[in-house]
Amino acid sequence: MLVSKTLLEVKNLKQYFPVKSGFKTIPLKAVDDVSFTINEGETLGLVGESGCGKTTVGRTLLHLYEPTAGEIIFDGEKVTKKNINRMRKKMQMVFQDPYSSLDPRMTVEDIIGEPLDVHKLYSNRKERREKVLELMNYVGLNSEHATRYAHEFSGGQRQRIGIARALAVDPKFIVCDEPVSALDVSIQAQVINMFEDLQAKLGVAYLFIAHDLLVVHHISKRIAVMYLGKIVEIADSDDLNANPLHPYTQSLLSAIPIPDPNITRSRKRIVLEGDVPSPLNMPTGCAFRTRCPYATEQCAKECPTLTDRGNGHMVACFNK
Amino acid sequence: MSEKLLSVQDLHTSFFTDSGEVQAVNGVTFELDRGEILGIVGESGSGKSVTAYSIMQILADTGKIVGGSIKYKGEELTQYTEKQMRSFRGKCCSIIFQDPMTSLNPVFTIGNQLTEAIKLHTDRKGKEAKARAAELLELVGINDPHKRLKQYPYELSGGMRQRVMIAMALACEPDILIADEPTTALDVTIQAQILELIQKLQEQLGMAVILVTHDLGVIADMCDNIVVMYGGRICERGTAADIFYDPRHEYTKGLLRSIPTFDEAKKRLVPIAGTPINMLNLPKGCSFSARCDACMKICLTEQPEEVEISETHKASCWMNVKKMMEEEGGNACE
Repeated sequence: MLVSKTLLEVKNLKQYFPVKSGFKTIPLKAVDDVSFTINEGETLGLVGESGCGKTTVGRTLLHLYEPTAGEIIFDGEKVTKKNINRMRKKMQMVFQDPYSSLDPRMTVEDIIGEPLDVHKLYSNRKERREKVLELMNYVGLNSEHATRYAHEFSGGQRQRIGIARALAVDPKFIVCDEPVSALDVSIQAQVINMFEDLQAKLGVAYLFIAHDLLVVHHISKRIAVMYLGKIVEIADSDDLNANPLHPYTQSLLSAIPIPDPNITRSRKRIVLEGDVPSPLNMPTGCAFRTRCPYATEQCAKECPTLTDRGNGHMVACFNK
Repeated sequence: MSEKLLSVQDLHTSFFTDSGEVQAVNGVTFELDRGEILGIVGESGSGKSVTAYSIMQILADTGKIVGGSIKYKGEELTQYTEKQMRSFRGKCCSIIFQDPMTSLNPVFTIGNQLTEAIKLHTDRKGKEAKARAAELLELVGINDPHKRLKQYPYELSGGMRQRVMIAMALACEPDILIADEPTTALDVTIQAQILELIQKLQEQLGMAVILVTHDLGVIADMCDNIVVMYGGRICERGTAADIFYDPRHEYTKGLLRSIPTFDEAKKRLVPIAGTPINMLNLPKGCSFSARCDACMKICLTEQPEEVEISETHKASCWMNVKKMMEEEGGNACE
């Protein structure tokens, strides 16, 4: 079997935002000590509830936020403030909201052509136009619409424009931040299939961020689960579904309504008590202990780290 | 035979906009029994929310019920005056909205907003109303209700606010609770809490629930009966088992094929082609015809009639008519 090469390595990534609270400024630990790797042509899913820091991870990878600490190594090279412009030719991003992520004053041709301008990837106007039309074909947009503006398209089509823009520089890696959650179910399937087709064709790797575990499971080879800024479990997607180890993953999986009445009604839901704690006022030790049915004294004192439980199934929990 | 709690007959609701009449609801008929959970499912723009708003008559200024009837315990709601409607809302039928962040008034305390509903519809006043409000908060699983009554909406999380909305809706023990995408804005673990709560309260208080959502998972989990809407019309109705295990409308089939499952095989999704219809320009025939794989000539010109597949299951698709003709043998052709 072909051993695929590591494309992206994230080591102890931290992203703190300063928040003013009275006279003091306290750090909001949006991402706290996160490490993972992504292989070439692979899809890593990143799931978690709102506010868990999954979007911040994606944005920090591209230095849309300057990381507080930690290393991002892409293709054997460390990503820094200095080389980020060059690195963004290899790493791109697709944003969640197809309505606000496209400039309303630009035509589709200019939106998709902008990355080509930035990285000077053409020699004359004709070549630029040809490239744009080719990209539009890739993502299933009618190339006659190149002179239209973003508002003339539906949500699904706009998301395709955003994807074409990300693909323009021929990247090796794309951060997809909730790319289908703003779309209707029937359109969602079209876009998911397109992501899969593009990966098969271009060999691009994805970090697929979403809160919908069904979608993430479908598209990802491996899945990382985040809770309050930390990764609590990483595993192969089928393994995670069949055998979740962390109590948070277990409740997350059991809470998803499955569109099959017999299955979903016969299952036992693990309903968590209470709400997610404020990231400004995190519990000591394990962040999940306030809602965890298995919490012990140790959980309040120490913070568990990710340990391998075989086959690359990593869990951060003392009791499971 | 017992009388239906709510019966909607051939409801037509239109919005009169600058660009023309938008027929958001186009001949919707359904009935609701006491203690039943009815799910209305569809994509954005299918008319599911407008149907719910029409029952409550809380449409935007441009919207109007242009035809059909809505009967509550035999009384015609469309003939009600605004004053009569005011006493109907809240007392007989309540609604909770999608976005708990915007449906509470930010400048009043929770207690203030809760007691308002109680004072309006019951004889309770002052301390009595307050006590009832605290009781309601406890019913929906909010700890320390007396403290919460003094708080403002911004001090509560999304799940909490949705609980307050539910408490408010239940203030006068309505017969019907309409939940319009009650968990769409919430996280999965909080969604599980709220769905569990609605189920529990429904059993406890015996009210009927109309659950409007686009999430087939939520529908599968909660509903006894399901209505599938597309383009302002009902394309299929039946029990949960009918809809999920024996769908008879091409749209329902497409919808079920397009959602991912936890299967290890990870079969490729089969999306529904095209984009949702333009409500300003409804097709002459079946509203789904432009996106349907099995579209026939008749689908483009004539609206399909509702065909009874079983006692509980009905679908409006010409495929069923064709199938029935074939089953009856060559007679139809001769």
